[in-house]
Amino acid sequence: MTETQQDIERHQYDVVVIGAGGAGLRAAIEARSQGKRTAIICKSLFGKAHTVMAEGGMAAAMGNVNSHDNWQVHFRDTMRGGKFMNNWRMAELHAQESPARAWELESWGALFDRTPDGKISQRNFGGHEYPRLAHVGDRTGLEMIRTLQQEVVALQQADARDLGDYEAMIKVFPECTITQLLLDGPEDDRRIAGAFGYWRESGSFVLFEAPAVVISTGGIGKSFKVTSNSWEGTGDGLGLALRAGATLLNMEFVQFHPTGMVWPLSVKGILVTESVRGDGGVLKNSEGRRFMFDYIPDVFKAQYATTEEEGDRWYTDPENNRRPPELLPRDEVARAINSEVKAGRGSPHGGVFLDVASRLSAEVIRKKLPSMYHQFMELAGVDITKEAMEVGPTCHYVMGGIEVDPDNGATPAVPGLFSAGEAAGGMHGSNRLGGNSLSDLVVFGRRAGLGAAHYVTELDAEGSRPRVAEADIARAQQADLVPLETDAGENPYELHQDLQQTMNDLVGIIRNADELRRALERIAELKQRAKRISVTGGRRYNPGWHVALDLKNMLLVSESIARAALERQESRGGHTRDDFPKMDPKWRRVNLICSLAADGGISIRRQPLPQIPDRLLALFDRVELTKYLTAEELSHLPEENQQ
Amino acid sequence: MTYDATFRVWRGDDEEGEFADYTVPVNEGEVVLDIIHRIQATQQPDLAVRWNCKAGKCGSCSAEVNGKPRLLCMTRMSTFLDTETITVTPLRTFPIIKDLVTDVSFNYEKARKVPSFTPPPGLEPGDYRMQQIDVERSQEFRKCIECFLCQNTCHVLRDHEENKPKFSGPRFLMRIAELDMHPLDTLDRKKAAQDEHGLGYCNITKCCTEVCPEHIKITDNALIPLKERVIDEKYDPLLALGRVFRKDKAKKG
Amino acid sequence: MLSPGRARIPQKTLRSDRWWLLPTVTVIVLLSFVVYATWRAFEGAYYYASPYLSPLYSPCLATSCVPGSTDLGTPIGSWYVLSPALLILVFPLGFRMTCYYYRKAYYRSFWGSPPGCAVAEPHKKYTGETRFPLILQNSHRWFFIAGLIFNCILTFDVIIAFRNPEGQWGHMGLGTLVLLISATLLWFYSLSCHACKHIVGGRLKHFSRHPVRYRLWTLVSRLNSSHSMFAWLSLFGVAFADFYVRCLAADWFTDIRFF
Repeated sequence: MTETQQDIERHQYDVVVIGAGGAGLRAAIEARSQGKRTAIICKSLFGKAHTVMAEGGMAAAMGNVNSHDNWQVHFRDTMRGGKFMNNWRMAELHAQESPARAWELESWGALFDRTPDGKISQRNFGGHEYPRLAHVGDRTGLEMIRTLQQEVVALQQADARDLGDYEAMIKVFPECTITQLLLDGPEDDRRIAGAFGYWRESGSFVLFEAPAVVISTGGIGKSFKVTSNSWEGTGDGLGLALRAGATLLNMEFVQFHPTGMVWPLSVKGILVTESVRGDGGVLKNSEGRRFMFDYIPDVFKAQYATTEEEGDRWYTDPENNRRPPELLPRDEVARAINSEVKAGRGSPHGGVFLDVASRLSAEVIRKKLPSMYHQFMELAGVDITKEAMEVGPTCHYVMGGIEVDPDNGATPAVPGLFSAGEAAGGMHGSNRLGGNSLSDLVVFGRRAGLGAAHYVTELDAEGSRPRVAEADIARAQQADLVPLETDAGENPYELHQDLQQTMNDLVGIIRNADELRRALERIAELKQRAKRISVTGGRRYNPGWHVALDLKNMLLVSESIARAALERQESRGGHTRDDFPKMDPKWRRVNLICSLAADGGISIRRQPLPQIPDRLLALFDRVELTKYLTAEELSHLPEENQQ
Repeated sequence: MTYDATFRVWRGDDEEGEFADYTVPVNEGEVVLDIIHRIQATQQPDLAVRWNCKAGKCGSCSAEVNGKPRLLCMTRMSTFLDTETITVTPLRTFPIIKDLVTDVSFNYEKARKVPSFTPPPGLEPGDYRMQQIDVERSQEFRKCIECFLCQNTCHVLRDHEENKPKFSGPRFLMRIAELDMHPLDTLDRKKAAQDEHGLGYCNITKCCTEVCPEHIKITDNALIPLKERVIDEKYDPLLALGRVFRKDKAKKG
Repeated sequence: MLSPGRARIPQKTLRSDRWWLLPTVTVIVLLSFVVYATWRAFEGAYYYASPYLSPLYSPCLATSCVPGSTDLGTPIGSWYVLSPALLILVFPLGFRMTCYYYRKAYYRSFWGSPPGCAVAEPHKKYTGETRFPLILQNSHRWFFIAGLIFNCILTFDVIIAFRNPEGQWGHMGLGTLVLLISATLLWFYSLSCHACKHIVGGRLKHFSRHPVRYRLWTLVSRLNSSHSMFAWLSLFGVAFADFYVRCLAADWFTDIRFF
């Protein structure tokens, strides 16, 4: 049923947004609000994106609970969490704009939990100095996606009223997968002309002709075996961007969330929200010891309690006590759990115990952590009001991603290509703080939508839009059909499992040069095998075919992670090398940039990290900066930091 | 703890279909979706199933297991006997696409028909003040993951295709209730609930509540209160008289 | 069920559990009550055994009511010759017929609409409660208020049951306890009603501006979650109270006196 090229369904839009999670929807809303005809393309149904899984909350320095909070403090926490690898401008914009984005959600119908004076309530979270996370129980991501979804519908209703068609200005293409970005222009100046993909339902191809594309496809967790990510986390956007000539930034930084479920096997990796710890839950090893007190790193010694008594007092009196070390940034807690399990002090199923039962009443647990209560009750048969949970690290988030301009999400190498959310890199440095991703989505989703809209306006002022070449469509079509036309080749599901095993075993939470080299060898083999994938059945809703096409992207992403991990010879945030266990200020100045080489492999180069301006460095005291900056950088510090 | 289970899975499309039997190994702690995935990976690579988060949070893997509307990812194998044949079928209220995947676009069309949240004019973002007790009712309804199991199981739609244009189903009547109870929504949604969304078709037989994986009390907390609110507006002569009286007074005043 | 476009699965249901059990039990129990209550309502006798008046006959408003049973007077007069129960039963009957819980129970079990969740219903057409007569279900709140009046009367009956057969105060028998339990269950049934929940506070948009009504609403909501249980218990309570009074009135046995 190969359609001829003329038969291919074609659509013309100003802006095409790939991915309908928080960032994508926010970008689409912005582009449409700027008067651009916008398409939202999602791999799943509308409103199912991985954003729904976010539990804890959305970080925004509104100061509703503690009035000392402001964007400067939030910026400081974000930089500390990211070990100063963050793109400073992104961290700054994020801290400044997230309150407005939270309030905007509220005006679109979001119902956050409230403070007694009727404002948005904020909760404590790992790495945040003050209670900062706007939340709804432990289902904040669902609230965000539903609110944005409903705002898209609100815009459609306005269009139906004014233009007579719900889909005149903004249309959702659900269960549609993009496999190729299409470009126009001479070799050295290629710009976005469109995107090519297929409908999952029918398997038929579809072409979007658009001068601007926003990639907001989220994460890469499905390359790992134990992950909190849903099936969509295949790194499609990263693969698409690479193949279009864009670059990826610092892909070695992969966050392993410290608390994923470890049992039963079928749910291994599913997240246990950090709010369990924020609300009083503690981590214990098989000896019943709160081992996190043994793992407070020097850089955090000043901010964390050293005794259980002080830690416990903090929940009720945060002004006069330091927080318990269970609330250290995620990378620290994940590594600590990993060490405890390796030392033989783990739980029966290879995790550690997360105990909330002995610390809060059953009623409070059910009220504050309703979905955790249900998750354990229904998936594991464990009553968390009575028993401790068993938890262990799970691949959760990639801090690296598409290299973008902090202000408008534009990729430097490919005009017309924008990115936001988890797919974009830089904002979180080497480690993301909990709660910073939901705010990241809407802050940079909006900016990317705005960036794309401005780009289209400028383009139209010049009077020429890029055009899709018919030959490119034919090539894209052929490439997608290869697995269906190959006989008796590799099974896509097996290949996927082999890749996940490789990444888990060799590019996991603790890495070394030896294993990373082996990982690269195996990925090279897998890439060869992937060329011979064959899929039975037709094109109509054929999951085997879908996996085969997704694998292309997963392999590119996995290779990028492994290469960058091998290159960076230090340990920092979401990248831990046991052959280079220390953080090295010299490496802080280096961004690792991945791009697609002519031979289809990943090439890597070093690029200096943008300098943090003095006005922002002034927010930290010098003692703290000495932990991160090189002596040379420190010698240039202005006077106010010298004391 | 591994055993071989017998699965009967409906396979087909909008033209034809039949049950296919599979014998599949099952490990401890698995859910029905794991077994469907195992059939995919080892026996039928093109078996279509819609899924996403596999943690009961996105509402994608809705289907029917032994005739009961369920999320495949939240149906534990331990709830069945080892010897039991487990029948998995697609949602029966919506058009079939393939195997276990149905076309649920009906729901998205209905969603568009519910006017969006309408705050008071002039209220700026950041100035919203709401009390926790005032938002709690709507918050319960916003737990909805849009799995559409309630829409699928509601006999008004399931057994009467012809009612689809007139009846929006529990999910969207609940959405109307959510907005009507929102402390800052300014629209009066009661008449529309009855006249445009077919609240009167609901005979409160509670199957929506029974199948809700989020345990939202759809009938008791959304549909019945909405019916009572509609009665206030449409069927209560005393309150109607009161409204006329108040209007009169307002005019004179 | 087999509409065009849907998966072609001929079975009306694939449920393998005993989904038919609950509707069957509901039919048996409800029918038994209807048969018993109809018989008793038309019997027109054996409803008063001093100091107890059967709840099926209270208030007894016709002149034909047996002596001692007409504490609230006989406004109906002597022209009325049928059973006095028929004068009043429409109110409690109406309350139960329009009750949101009973509606569910009888729509499912008697009308098969639907017989069980995900079990096909036998009817070709369905209009639900959109038109006459079922649109009258919307009168539930009026029956609720009538029900409250009846509860007051039945509570009065409990109070006057603290007498001995000779009419002296300060006594109590097993019959008093039976009436007390029956009346209490009726109060729980009425106060846990959905219309009650709506009236006390459910109709408000801002609970925070009405703290007292919010507390009442919270209380009623808590009761409301057991509304179906109270519906059944109060039904049994009334039937048993009537049966007990009938036994005494027919001299099948004598009341056990506590003091």
